Amino acid sequence: MIREELKNKIISFGIEISFPKEDETPFLTLSVNPTHLHQLAKQLKEDTSTSFDYMFCQTGIDWLENMEIVYHLRSTSHGHEVVVRTQITDRENPTVDSVYDLWKTADFHEREIFDLLGVRFNNHPDLRRIFLDDDWEGYPLRKDYVDEINIVEL
Amino acid sequence: MKFDIYDFSVLTKSIHESLNSMMGETAVMISEMVIVGIIFLTLFAVLGLILVYVERKICAFFQQRLGPMRVGFWGTAQTLADLIKLLLKEPLITKNADKFLFNLAPFVLIIASFMAMAAIPFAKGLHAFDIDIGVFYITAISSIGVVGVLLAGWASNNKYSLIGAMRSGAQIISYELSVGLSLLTIIVLTGSLQFSEIIESQREGWWIFRGHIPALIAFIIFLIASTAETNRGPFDLAEAESELTAGFHTEYSGMKFAFFFLAEFINMFIVAAIGATVFLGGWMPLHFGALESFNAIMDFIPPIFWFFGKTAFIIFLMMWFKWTFPRLRIDQLLTLEWKYLLPINLINILVMAFFVLMGWYF
Amino acid sequence: MSTEVVNEIKEQEYFINMGPQHPSTHGVLRLLLSLDGEIIKNVEPHLGYIHRSIEKMCEKDTYKMIVHLTDRMDYLSCHMNNEAVCLAVEKGIELEVSDRVKVIRTIMSELTRLSSHQLWWGVMGMDLGAITSFLYGFRDREMIIDIFEETCGARLTMNYNVPGGVMFDIPNNFQKRVKEFIIYFKKKLPEYDDLLSNNVIFKARTEGVGILSKEDAISYGVTGPSGRASGFSCDIRKQHPYSAYDRVDFKEILYSEGDCFARYKARIDEMWESMFIIEQLIDNIPEGSARETTRAVIKLPKGEFYQKVETARGEFGVYIISDGKKSPYRLKFRSPGFSTLNALNTMAKGSKIADLVAIMSTIDLVIPDIDR
Repeated sequence: MIREELKNKIISFGIEISFPKEDETPFLTLSVNPTHLHQLAKQLKEDTSTSFDYMFCQTGIDWLENMEIVYHLRSTSHGHEVVVRTQITDRENPTVDSVYDLWKTADFHEREIFDLLGVRFNNHPDLRRIFLDDDWEGYPLRKDYVDEINIVEL
Repeated sequence: MKFDIYDFSVLTKSIHESLNSMMGETAVMISEMVIVGIIFLTLFAVLGLILVYVERKICAFFQQRLGPMRVGFWGTAQTLADLIKLLLKEPLITKNADKFLFNLAPFVLIIASFMAMAAIPFAKGLHAFDIDIGVFYITAISSIGVVGVLLAGWASNNKYSLIGAMRSGAQIISYELSVGLSLLTIIVLTGSLQFSEIIESQREGWWIFRGHIPALIAFIIFLIASTAETNRGPFDLAEAESELTAGFHTEYSGMKFAFFFLAEFINMFIVAAIGATVFLGGWMPLHFGALESFNAIMDFIPPIFWFFGKTAFIIFLMMWFKWTFPRLRIDQLLTLEWKYLLPINLINILVMAFFVLMGWYF
Repeated sequence: MSTEVVNEIKEQEYFINMGPQHPSTHGVLRLLLSLDGEIIKNVEPHLGYIHRSIEKMCEKDTYKMIVHLTDRMDYLSCHMNNEAVCLAVEKGIELEVSDRVKVIRTIMSELTRLSSHQLWWGVMGMDLGAITSFLYGFRDREMIIDIFEETCGARLTMNYNVPGGVMFDIPNNFQKRVKEFIIYFKKKLPEYDDLLSNNVIFKARTEGVGILSKEDAISYGVTGPSGRASGFSCDIRKQHPYSAYDRVDFKEILYSEGDCFARYKARIDEMWESMFIIEQLIDNIPEGSARETTRAVIKLPKGEFYQKVETARGEFGVYIISDGKKSPYRLKFRSPGFSTLNALNTMAKGSKIADLVAIMSTIDLVIPDIDR
């Protein structure tokens, strides 16, 4: 499915989405409110004409004013790819619905984002720190994380 | 035997008589026991050293490398150096281990293999303990070894050790049957459990040649089962270093570890020696019925060389297995024994008994 | 004993810590196994023993420095990891490398894949108790490593790629040595089959063990040979050809069984394919410069760049979010091992301890790749 068709198809789901960075990225990028994220993800996966059944990357980004989670999706049957972004405005206690029930690979990826960025995922079966110790203070990948000993400023 | 100089009973008898002329009956018995004990201890240690070296060299050649080369000529003193290292190592005991059983376990294992060695006939007249139920005695004694393994696994207070010990227990108890039954197939032919008589009955030819196909099947089963009984690859589940780190001897170090190691190699020697004795004629030279001159040449080779040669051949086979095959899984191991080897073995004995009844063997 | 007591005893599970120091976890991975006798009830991986926070380090480094960090993730596919970052950066600064570079990169990638699979094959045999295969694998790998050493001076962490090309041009006898190796290894690869693939015990240990369905493979994102053994067509070299993969002919190895043996066969077949790719390219290395000159400190324009490559373990992705400065604002590595390990519990549940070892070695984990 070409980009334009895919875009129209996703608009037809009737979920409030926007298309930032229209021509900048190689993937079709859509932005969605965290509250609608799970609904959109479910549609994207289950609709037969999109069927995004493979999430190959899930990234958390700290933009200082908000937290962003980026989902890279691919359909193994159609071969098209899409990027879903969601901005969480509450940076101190970011929360978003887990997509573990749709893509099981989210299990580790979400634990990693929770561990390093402190984003909480609702309905995640086992949300614990994955790399760091359980009593670690702070979230190292946040931009305001300070570690005077280990982080060397260039 | 044409060459009586190879008959060791002349030597042993003369020692016995000279001792008798010197002291009383009890003293003779005690001193003879001491002499035999010292000889066996020496043999035990020397065999251990040689077998470890041989294993390392054979393994190296299978893997296209040289193996130990630095200590001594072609690395011959390597095992001696290892021994010194092991002697100097600190014997560690885990904190919550059952100290008494932990220390006892290696000795149980090593005593069992030491006792089993007594019944092996090395050459004509060189036989420490020619008991009339020799085969039975050896199968009975060699199964005591598993007690040592179980004790080691239990007393270490380590789950890996315990799993290893339990595996070993299941394995040895199962494969004991096959070893016993495959030996029994030949006992049907010999009609005696005494090792000297078993060897004597092979004067005309070894049982593996004379016993037709059933004897060959029994030999193959014996090889498989005895490899399993000595916990060697591909049946080394009790140690299984990629699964259980080192299995039942994970927590052992220094000399106690060396005992386990030594016992494994001595056990391998013992089963190989039994195989050589029962199937390949022990110290009997290779004879072919009518070829008089060939037989005479064979007779010229001393029986002790025949015995060690045959044993070395079986040991080589067992090492070959170990360095070629991947390890079995515990359920596959038990399936192999209970579903294949055991039924085949039972049928094999019946066939052999029928052959003997009809006189269809050479 | 009352039935209640009996049930209580029966239901008692026990736990074993496999790792962080264990011969078959291939690094410092800790698996917490819940066992019922020898049967695995649950596997819980505990990570982070060598987590170096490479992603955080990248936020302080320039792009040329980042390339060197990627070696330290999946050290067995270091060349492909380097390539992913270089391709992403080249995409960012809109630099088209010469054909010569593309071909050299492809050949080196395939050599790296071969060496990785050889090591995997050796270790796989050792995990299953056939120690001899370990030495065989290393014997053949040595030849590739020697070629690497002559080409770029390093044997393991090569750092051969730089944004804009490769560090140095290939040495004069590179082609000769690679061809010699291909001739040699074509004779040796059937030996691998003789020793392990056709062995009865080996087949019994791997066939039907650790089955991963195609749906689970996709859902868990199990890529590379492990995913393709389950029938998940995920070869980046086919889907998004990079470097010179669009000009070579090779087939994507697909199996449908999804068990350990299929994963094993997929890697063995991939070795044949890699040799086939190298053979097509080795005589046709075009002339051209081996390295385009780039600025000492590369600045990527504001924007996002995603590049995926096929490493020996699967899909490796680099996601660069740049704010126009000399170092990325955020850099995410999508490492194949991380997702593959996620599926371990699904594969291992209900099998024996010995099966877990077989599964662990067929999914071919490299722990620094997981921990990053």
